[in-house]
Amino acid sequence: MLQDRDRIFTNLYGFHDPFLKGAQARGDWDRTKEFLGNGQEWIIEQVKESGMRGRGGAGFPTGMKWSFMPKEVGERPHYLVVNADEGEPGTCKDRDIMRHDPHKLVEGCLIASYSMRAHTCYIYVRGEFYRETEALQRAIDEAYDAGLIGKNACGSGFDFDLYIHRGMGAYICGEETALINSIEGKKGQPRLKPPFPAGVGVYGCPTTVNNVESIAAVPTILRRGASWFADLGRPKNSGTKLFCISGHVNKPCNVEEEMGIPLRELIEKHAGGVRGGWDNLLAIIPGGSSVPMLPKSICDTVLMDFDSLREVQSGLGTAAVIVMDKSTDLVRAITRLAKFYTHESCGQCTPCREGTGWMWRVMERMSQGKASVEEIDMLFDVSKQIEGHTICALGDAAAWPIQGLIRHFRPEMEARLLGATSTGTTQSRAAE
Amino acid sequence: MPKLTIDGIEVEVPAGSTVLQAAESIGIEIPRFCYHERLSIAGNCRMCLVEVSPGPPKPAASCALPVAEGMIVKTDSPLAVKARKGVMEFLLINHPLDCPICDQGGECDLQDQALAFGYDRSRYNEPKRAVEEKYMGPLVSTEMTRCIHCTRCIRFATEVAGVPELGAVGRGEHMEVTTYVERAIDSELSGNLVDLCPVGALTNKAYAYIARPWELKKTESIDVFDAVGTNIRIDSRGGEVLRVLPRINEDVNEEWLADKGRYAIDGLKRQRLDRPYVRKDGRLQPATWAEAFGAIAERVKGASGASMAALAGDMACAESMVLLRDLMSSLGSRSLDCRQDGAAFDVTQRESYLFNSGIAGIDEADALLIVGSNPRWEAPVINARIRKRYLRGGFKVAMIGEPRDLTYKHENLGAGVDVLRQVAAGTHPFAEVLKVAERPMIILGMGALTRPDGAAVLALANTLATDLGVVKDGWNGFNVLHTAAARVGGLEAGFVPGPNGRDLEGILKGCESGAVDFVYLLGADEIPMARLGKAFVVYQGSHGDAGAMRADVVLPGAAYTEKDATYVNTEGRCQRTHRAVFPPGDAREDWAILRALSEVLGHKLPQDSLAQVRDRLASVSAVFDDDTAVPVSAWGTFGEPGGEPGELADAPFESVITTYYMTDPISRASRTMAECTEVYGKGNQQRTGTNG
Repeated sequence: MLQDRDRIFTNLYGFHDPFLKGAQARGDWDRTKEFLGNGQEWIIEQVKESGMRGRGGAGFPTGMKWSFMPKEVGERPHYLVVNADEGEPGTCKDRDIMRHDPHKLVEGCLIASYSMRAHTCYIYVRGEFYRETEALQRAIDEAYDAGLIGKNACGSGFDFDLYIHRGMGAYICGEETALINSIEGKKGQPRLKPPFPAGVGVYGCPTTVNNVESIAAVPTILRRGASWFADLGRPKNSGTKLFCISGHVNKPCNVEEEMGIPLRELIEKHAGGVRGGWDNLLAIIPGGSSVPMLPKSICDTVLMDFDSLREVQSGLGTAAVIVMDKSTDLVRAITRLAKFYTHESCGQCTPCREGTGWMWRVMERMSQGKASVEEIDMLFDVSKQIEGHTICALGDAAAWPIQGLIRHFRPEMEARLLGATSTGTTQSRAAE
Repeated sequence: MPKLTIDGIEVEVPAGSTVLQAAESIGIEIPRFCYHERLSIAGNCRMCLVEVSPGPPKPAASCALPVAEGMIVKTDSPLAVKARKGVMEFLLINHPLDCPICDQGGECDLQDQALAFGYDRSRYNEPKRAVEEKYMGPLVSTEMTRCIHCTRCIRFATEVAGVPELGAVGRGEHMEVTTYVERAIDSELSGNLVDLCPVGALTNKAYAYIARPWELKKTESIDVFDAVGTNIRIDSRGGEVLRVLPRINEDVNEEWLADKGRYAIDGLKRQRLDRPYVRKDGRLQPATWAEAFGAIAERVKGASGASMAALAGDMACAESMVLLRDLMSSLGSRSLDCRQDGAAFDVTQRESYLFNSGIAGIDEADALLIVGSNPRWEAPVINARIRKRYLRGGFKVAMIGEPRDLTYKHENLGAGVDVLRQVAAGTHPFAEVLKVAERPMIILGMGALTRPDGAAVLALANTLATDLGVVKDGWNGFNVLHTAAARVGGLEAGFVPGPNGRDLEGILKGCESGAVDFVYLLGADEIPMARLGKAFVVYQGSHGDAGAMRADVVLPGAAYTEKDATYVNTEGRCQRTHRAVFPPGDAREDWAILRALSEVLGHKLPQDSLAQVRDRLASVSAVFDDDTAVPVSAWGTFGEPGGEPGELADAPFESVITTYYMTDPISRASRTMAECTEVYGKGNQQRTGTNG
């Protein structure tokens, strides 16, 4: 279990003053000028050595992503964009960072921008996060007033401007290129890659898009040293991570833990255990709505990091753990997720535009028992026709929950569909 | 140049090309809906998925994937075909299977691809989507339920046409292509949306529910509604022209066609002259050809050549003009003019009336000055080309004339003559722009040359071109933009005043004074008929318009769709139309009418066949001869035809076109064009759509 002294987000619960005085008391903005003085390469090297993988869901090594930015500023300026469009169902970690520890993020923005030679950084905040925007803006204003950012940030000679851009609440704008389009005032639709944002991003300039948690962790990594971070967790899955535990647990919470903590330990230590005991567990979605669910048998032993979850055909995603006990109608639950993805598909690519609605409607019928058993195979096939065939990963995200359901709970689905033929719709009503 | 392997074939293509283009270069066609070579890449239909290694183990969209050295592409591997079948299934689940009543049936990309990648039955048991119709104006009809969201139309409107009025609203399966506010698309190129739409969502309103593509006879021809010489295909059935589509010609129109050329064709069926008429007792009475010719012969007999004159209109073909010229000169008349607008050119120097850089030359230009022209209305296709060049950047455009929305950013220097004078003198800031440009260009519109001081303007433009380096070694950026398809052909065929002959103004003055008492109008309708005075007027043409109203004898001719004829476009490119349908009733091909008339008049023309007429044309100018290269004359001073250029007037420059949709007898007879004039010309947008 993670020691208190190894926590990065020491004010995650807002027990202390979130703003400048409190933040400085917790160690933020300490030695920032010195880090900048060590040069761009040093920062990127530290982040690389720490082994941090992006905290937004895909788990791409952060340091490597930064190193893709051009080494010299050419005709076009560089930008850092922070993705605070936290919309993944079940995820609420970035919200708490912005609410209670905004200076971690502001300081991270400065350091990361400096390392990528970006004099401007945008934080794209989800539109619904009104209070969070206020808190973050106050932190930014404080930092400007204190000379920590702005002209000659921290006395380093580096000019740095930080802006908040508020989104309008579209899930797809959390996809990095859709987010870039949205900042530019265009319709939030993912762009084709290549070109990647590091070459052509915001306003056609080299851009890096990072998650709030990734950026906010950087100052602490530099302060404590890359090896400290790398020693936590498992190889290639190092460091600490914010887990958002929700659903049928006794005490739903956000908690910072070491990567690779066993799922069961995570839930029992921090969330007060599954409602009705571990044996009452039915399934867990380990990484936010877009990763496939895991049945109890896997949850018993699986470790919470990128690679172990991938081994069991799921993913760490945003580490939003959604716990479902035996009272859950899984088909109904996944139907709701399917509806969500239908609603949030941008409509650009054919498979996602047409397929998400199709899957949702079939799921809707299945949850009412009004489908035939053969349709399970068809549904799986349709989900496979969407997966990997679209510009962005929303198609995959829509397909995976359904694939996870079919993979692990097919007998339950069949029982419902067969039951419906004999007893009509009574059973499906009971299942609601 | 990267080398890659596609389906086992090694191919080397320029860096930066896409896999789809590379495949195309070796004849492998990858199915696609959203990709179009003249539009930006959207990559959203996902039909062009191919298997690529090295790379992630999933198919990639070949339209958006740049080639890389050593890439191995499989376009028909099981993975790629499975992916495409999946995409096709998704496209079809919400596509209404109403092919039997869809105008696109038979030429529908979705239909064709469904044959290759579709299933014969559907697994989709849910309700299908229905989308409300959108109003897009009088030219494009919509059936948005059929839309497959390829966004070609949006990209065309935004990128090529330069009218950002189309877009997609809504998300996911509720995404709809719309004009946002139920507005007619304010573009002169809107008909191309119909061509671009791969399905039947956007269709030709005028052609709705009329024919199937396999019933149509396809005739390659040339558009004559402007001087661009757009290459077209005429689709006809029986005696009716049903629709017109553009053909690809990279040097002229790429693959676009202006709306007038596409939609004014219903005018070919209305107001037609289908029999000769002779005026008796003040009224035009139906007559036979013999009676009509007799009436002319009676009048011509004994008349002096000096009292006779001929004018050719905007759609006259070169064949008829050269024969009329020969006939008139055998009658002793030298008063000929093919410029019914009175434009001033130095007819002895081709450079003074041609679009010298060529239309494709726009792509190379790096600065442009437009004088007295509104290319958006005078030549929409050329305007789109200028916009294309503008979008590439490094292209400064300025305009002297009334302020207009040209769909690209330009500086309006003012409308006055003094501005042109300042630029020519080098005192205006834009003169410097032209001077430093490597390939500067000036477009001189008819608005600048049809003024009374046109010759002086031409002389000034000549000075400007010489002084500012618009004409230099290997580059001639002096461009005259004509508005009439017949004009350059007439000038090349020598349909201009001979020695001591009268030009347009002279003829009209002669008519008023009585010195000219016989005028032959070859499709000339745009002259002030009242000024013809008491002259005896013969009108030969296809439509009952101003000329026929005034005429004493009417000879029914053929429209451009009804004859094999030669037109020379504004760049001096000789192109030929082909007969798609026969002229109505007793109407005849124009050269044959003149040949027959010459015999009755006792001055029989020696040409008995079209081939002989074309030989005659070739002998007049090398332009008409396919075998002879057109001689390039040296750049010289011009602008003083017949003496002094005269004084420049102070009047501002104005475009000659005030209503795009009504410029000639055919478009004036067209109901579709009348509707367009109502909606666009008079700004009656509000009366349409949901408001009205």
